[in-house]
Amino acid sequence: MSQAQLTSKAIAVDWATRLRPQESMRTKVWRRFRKHRLALAGLGVIIAIITLCILVPWAAKYDPGRTHLDLIREPPTLQHIFGTDELGRDLFVRLWDGGRISILIGVATMLIAIGIGTLIGSVAGFYGGRVDNVLMRFTDYMLSIPQLFLLLIFAQLLRSTNNPTLSGGPTPIIVIIGILVWPPIARLVRGQFLALKAKEFVEAARMSGNRDLRIIFRHILPNAASPVIVAATLRVGAAIITESTLSFLGFGVQPPTATWGNMLKNAQAQMTYAPWTAIFPGLAILITVLSLNYIGDGLRDALDPHHVE
Amino acid sequence: MTNYIIRRVIQAIPLLLVISLTVFVLMNLIPGGPLAAYENNPNISSEDLERLRKELGLDAPIHVRYWKWFTSVATGDWGISEVTRRPALVEITEKLPNTLYLSITAFICALLIAVPIGILSAVRQYSVLDHIATTIAFIGQSMPVFWFGLILIIIFNVNLKNPTTGGPLLPGGGMFTIGAPFSVADRVRHLILPAAVLTFFSLGHHIRYMRAGMLDVLHQDYIRTAHAKGLTSRAVLARHAFKNSILPLVTIIGLEIPGLFAGALITETIFSWPGMGRLFFNSIERGDYAVMMGILMMSATLIVLFGLITDIMYAFLDPRIRFD
Repeated sequence: MSQAQLTSKAIAVDWATRLRPQESMRTKVWRRFRKHRLALAGLGVIIAIITLCILVPWAAKYDPGRTHLDLIREPPTLQHIFGTDELGRDLFVRLWDGGRISILIGVATMLIAIGIGTLIGSVAGFYGGRVDNVLMRFTDYMLSIPQLFLLLIFAQLLRSTNNPTLSGGPTPIIVIIGILVWPPIARLVRGQFLALKAKEFVEAARMSGNRDLRIIFRHILPNAASPVIVAATLRVGAAIITESTLSFLGFGVQPPTATWGNMLKNAQAQMTYAPWTAIFPGLAILITVLSLNYIGDGLRDALDPHHVE
Repeated sequence: MTNYIIRRVIQAIPLLLVISLTVFVLMNLIPGGPLAAYENNPNISSEDLERLRKELGLDAPIHVRYWKWFTSVATGDWGISEVTRRPALVEITEKLPNTLYLSITAFICALLIAVPIGILSAVRQYSVLDHIATTIAFIGQSMPVFWFGLILIIIFNVNLKNPTTGGPLLPGGGMFTIGAPFSVADRVRHLILPAAVLTFFSLGHHIRYMRAGMLDVLHQDYIRTAHAKGLTSRAVLARHAFKNSILPLVTIIGLEIPGLFAGALITETIFSWPGMGRLFFNSIERGDYAVMMGILMMSATLIVLFGLITDIMYAFLDPRIRFD
């Protein structure tokens, strides 16, 4: 073996040892995330809830939608551990069945809101000037009409079409929540872009002849991802709450499809004599959203580049 | 300062114009439009509907109708409620004070609780108190408002009894006992539960922002300087830290005002509170076009107005903000 070969091998080994202790971004974030005990607990709870939502309706001996008119508003027993509702449906099975739709609505709305918010925020922040001005005035304007009022009007609009595909199901609810809740995300992304677009790496990317779209999506956006990921986590929980409010007011997903929100629709009328119908679906929302909020908090700490260890 | 205020007011005008246009378009998108309330009325034939449409000028092009609507709204003619046959403006302004009475009470309670707790939480970071406050803040942000209201009703109205009369401990709805003579105590008893729900709704955010603001300030150099020159902790907090630490809270209050209207709608609906939110909910259900449009316009105007007030307060608190 020649001298040159030996040297190059030594260099390779040297680099390998030097590189080894350097952890990937993913392991670093995970290591920091684990330190936030409540966030870790939240993650565990969310995984458990999703598992139960998948397994329970599939394995249960009661159909979530089957009514039992001789078992109306049974208090919790061993047979029906969460009791039954006004149509004798088993609340335990129905709760996990409803969780599927509620979580689906949360995640899907988040995707729409992040999509629109990121697009508008990044274009406004990247181009600045008149484009920024127009887009941000539009965002201000979206924020100055009370969201719930608009949601109710949109829901009423869809309902009055009497078209079954446009009202009653989860899809229209996902769309109307999604297209109304993006403004705070747009503001967040715009702020990130304003800070990042003056950085040298953007200049370098421009010098290398990249087109605007490529600079926006390949160079700046990944660097702006951390706060967006945190906002996305919180958005899922917020959307679950919004759905429950709409359904409670009678403008959301219509029965027989169960959601945590529409399970609470009759809760006020019967809470004097059947409080369990009000308590369990609400607790499911509280625990899920609380876990998501703690996960968001943990991610905020873990993804923060200025984090002191 | 005066110039700044005038400029911000002028900036708000186009915003209100666009909002009014949206409100108008949205309402016209609802099938049946302004006559939706009559569509299902068996006493009104389709010929009658057609005649009404002509008489009311609803067959005119949309920009003509918008202009007509806009000029009458600007001059105080908000149309007639299809349900009560009274002017919509009267209906709304009758309910507005009740909403303000409820939301301002809750707003003040939330500030009175959140500011001291947020400060203490920051000063004694990671203490038991801090952990409790942070947990409450998280729980408050993780529940639907209406569900919290229902739980309070189950506890204080259904289960707990008043030891002297044997009735419910607190009333679960309404603004006062119907038929009873006016009494302040009765009003306050009716206010407690809905106000508690609305307070708790914004408490979480407020505590977190106050805490974060104070933590940020406490790490500044000028605070160390103040400590170094021998001031007591109390003096440092009150004279040097407080005014700067409240800035994030002021910003978030401005952003939260639309949320307060939503909170009021839900709370008023659950507690049968005769306010604007509940009126809006009822008018949507009944297709009461004039009242719906009026409330949307009214609340958007209030939001823009309160946003303006927060901006001005912010400028007043933070001299770094330029007035020109």
